[in-house]
Amino acid sequence: MNIFTMVGIFRRILLLRTPLRHLRPHRTLSFAARLSPVDLNAICCSSGQFVASTRKLHVGTDGPKSPPAAGAPERLPFSRVTEEDLAFFRKILPGRTITDPDLVESSNVDWLKSMKGSSEVLLRPQKTEEVSQIIRYCNSRNLAVNPQGGNTGLVGGSVPVYDEIILSTSLMNNILSFDSISGILTCQAGCVLENLSLYLEERDYIMPLDLGAKGSCQIGGNVATNAGGLRLLRYGSLHGTVLGLEVVLADGQVLDCLASLRKDNTGYDLKQLFIGSEGTLGVITAVSILCPRKPKSVNVVFLGCETYEQLLKAFQLCRGMLGEILSAFEFLDSECMRLLNTHLKLPNPISDCPFYIVIETSGSDPKHDAEKLHNFLEEAMASSLVSDGTVATEESKIKALWSMRERVTEALTHDGFTYKYDISLPLEQIYQLVIDMRQHLGGRAKSVVGYGHVGDGNLHLNITSSTKDPALLAAIEPFVYEWTASCRGSISAEHGLGLKKRNYIYYSKPSQAVGLMGNIKAMLDPKGILNPYKTLPDDVK
Amino acid sequence: MSGRVLVGVKRVIDYAVKIRVKPDNSGVVTDGVKHSMNPFCEIAVEEAVKLKEKKLIKEVVAVSCGPQQSQETIRTALAMGADRGIHVEVTGKDYENLGPLQVSKILAALAKKEDAQLVILGKQAIDDDCNQTGQMTAALLDWPQGTFASEVALEADKIKVVREIDGGLETIKVNTPAVLTADLRLNTPRYATLPNIMKAKKKKIANVKPADLGVDLTSRLEVLRVEEPPQRQAGVKVETVDDLVGKLKEAGRI
Repeated sequence: MNIFTMVGIFRRILLLRTPLRHLRPHRTLSFAARLSPVDLNAICCSSGQFVASTRKLHVGTDGPKSPPAAGAPERLPFSRVTEEDLAFFRKILPGRTITDPDLVESSNVDWLKSMKGSSEVLLRPQKTEEVSQIIRYCNSRNLAVNPQGGNTGLVGGSVPVYDEIILSTSLMNNILSFDSISGILTCQAGCVLENLSLYLEERDYIMPLDLGAKGSCQIGGNVATNAGGLRLLRYGSLHGTVLGLEVVLADGQVLDCLASLRKDNTGYDLKQLFIGSEGTLGVITAVSILCPRKPKSVNVVFLGCETYEQLLKAFQLCRGMLGEILSAFEFLDSECMRLLNTHLKLPNPISDCPFYIVIETSGSDPKHDAEKLHNFLEEAMASSLVSDGTVATEESKIKALWSMRERVTEALTHDGFTYKYDISLPLEQIYQLVIDMRQHLGGRAKSVVGYGHVGDGNLHLNITSSTKDPALLAAIEPFVYEWTASCRGSISAEHGLGLKKRNYIYYSKPSQAVGLMGNIKAMLDPKGILNPYKTLPDDVK
Repeated sequence: MSGRVLVGVKRVIDYAVKIRVKPDNSGVVTDGVKHSMNPFCEIAVEEAVKLKEKKLIKEVVAVSCGPQQSQETIRTALAMGADRGIHVEVTGKDYENLGPLQVSKILAALAKKEDAQLVILGKQAIDDDCNQTGQMTAALLDWPQGTFASEVALEADKIKVVREIDGGLETIKVNTPAVLTADLRLNTPRYATLPNIMKAKKKKIANVKPADLGVDLTSRLEVLRVEEPPQRQAGVKVETVDDLVGKLKEAGRI
């Protein structure tokens, strides 16, 4: 039996996989494991039937240096990088073609340190033209490319699975223009979100999105993943605030949809395809985005509630009494507070309660807002919806209160290995999932915490254990996905699918929809070189 | 002993705000800029409230000198646990020229009027960094002073103060009545909780004019000019070691 037949069998078995119950990542691996990627490659090279040129890049064994992540598909037959390829890259990007393993290492590992690729080439273009030339070349050479922004994604979508070339936008960090009358900002994709915020704040504007990763994440990556964040409640999603995009397509063509117009109904709105496409349909190189005015008055309230029902009632009251000035409504549970106290030594601003709410108001008149807030707080306390709380109007205190919510993710990393789930559910059900999961897992997990953008119906369910525990994972999945599907929720509210969740798409989307996604992918990227193995499930190729 | 503590609180530009100098270099821009209680004054209020909670003193009175908005700062102190407030109204040119000398005269007069056992202030304000008001107030009252306090303990009719000084920590005992100024490590100010914020709205803030206290607000200082510190020159980032060597050679360094 030759290599082609073997691979053919693997492919057919993969295609036989039906969605939902039978889609088990670890089962897929068991077939591929019999013939590991290292062996596959050795056979390919020696038989000379696959890759035309052999790799001369490093001394030692052929094949990837570390085995792919559990659940990852087998390596697709992309070309491997050769010295000629490197020479071309070095000509286009002198001094910015990185092959030193120590320098490439950090771009191979994701923020959670849960995924590690084996890319050997990191490219750092500064201009769209360079990106275009690189992609055109890679397309012609059948080389896979992994676009990478701030590498803060949580679903393994930003790092290579195998030896995909890492295309970093970090050096594309120029602000191209800002119109202070319309508030429209145009910038390159590699601008760090926090830097954009600082730039805008000096000009009396703010970014329409804000997330805990702001110090590292880049706007291109935010758009590619349709990042949500803490302000979505007030300013909406990137699908609404992004006015234009410049995208390099898989064949190297530069698609200029960078018009910065508030309204433009001339034909199909192509940019919407790329927002949230996770780098699989094109590489975003520039963004034009509509920015709101910086609010004159910002208040943050940190409240404690005894029950989840009270929390929901407080939300309704909030909507009614604070309405137009409400800009964020987040929650965390007492387990999150325990982790913040223990691992980050952050003290509880108020007394211990089962649930905590962070409410932010943003308005144009401090007096009006203070009055609205005072009335809301009086009512909330009088009707016993809230058992304790504190208010901050000063910037330093506001930052301190926000960090109680923003740093939960960080506190979790200190608690052990974290299993992260980002779920959209009907508001009434949000905490029930946490309760059911705790009961279902019993003592197998170290901590089970729930927090998130409750105002948007978005729960971040996190489970920690002292080490990676396959038995625990088997208990969590598919329980969590089936629970979510039973409420017609989303198995990935804002984190995206990346590598980790690509095969669970069927829990939240019908096969017909996924099939159409596959058609679009095939049309825009026939060779499949852009961020392969991600976003779309393995059975759609 | 009245068991009354006077705490001075100053309204300053919030420390997280970026300061801008006025175009005419006469001062910094304060209009529309976020203000809050001086962080050291917060620590002073916290210490006073702690003493009250330990039942070592009976009443905490928060005092602020300034325009109408100073009342917000007093309300914050009330929300943290102060019992009542005194707003000494100083506006316009008088407010622009208000400095440690005038404030210490006001505080000395109030300390006598209120029969205070203790005056606790922040060690300095973050806008002028003077670090003078506490010392001047003590001198005017002819009271002992425990400045840069990182620990305060009331023992019978004396106060043990641990002071942060250049060489380390100095422990002194002062007689009461006394003036103390709070340093950073004295305590961590509490968040004002909702029930207290609600209660604070009902607490009294008395309105007083400097003239009523017999204080002359004339300043002996004149601000000539306010400037930003010289801009830091941006560094240059290089991509490779060769670039670095090249640039150093260009600059004549090697």
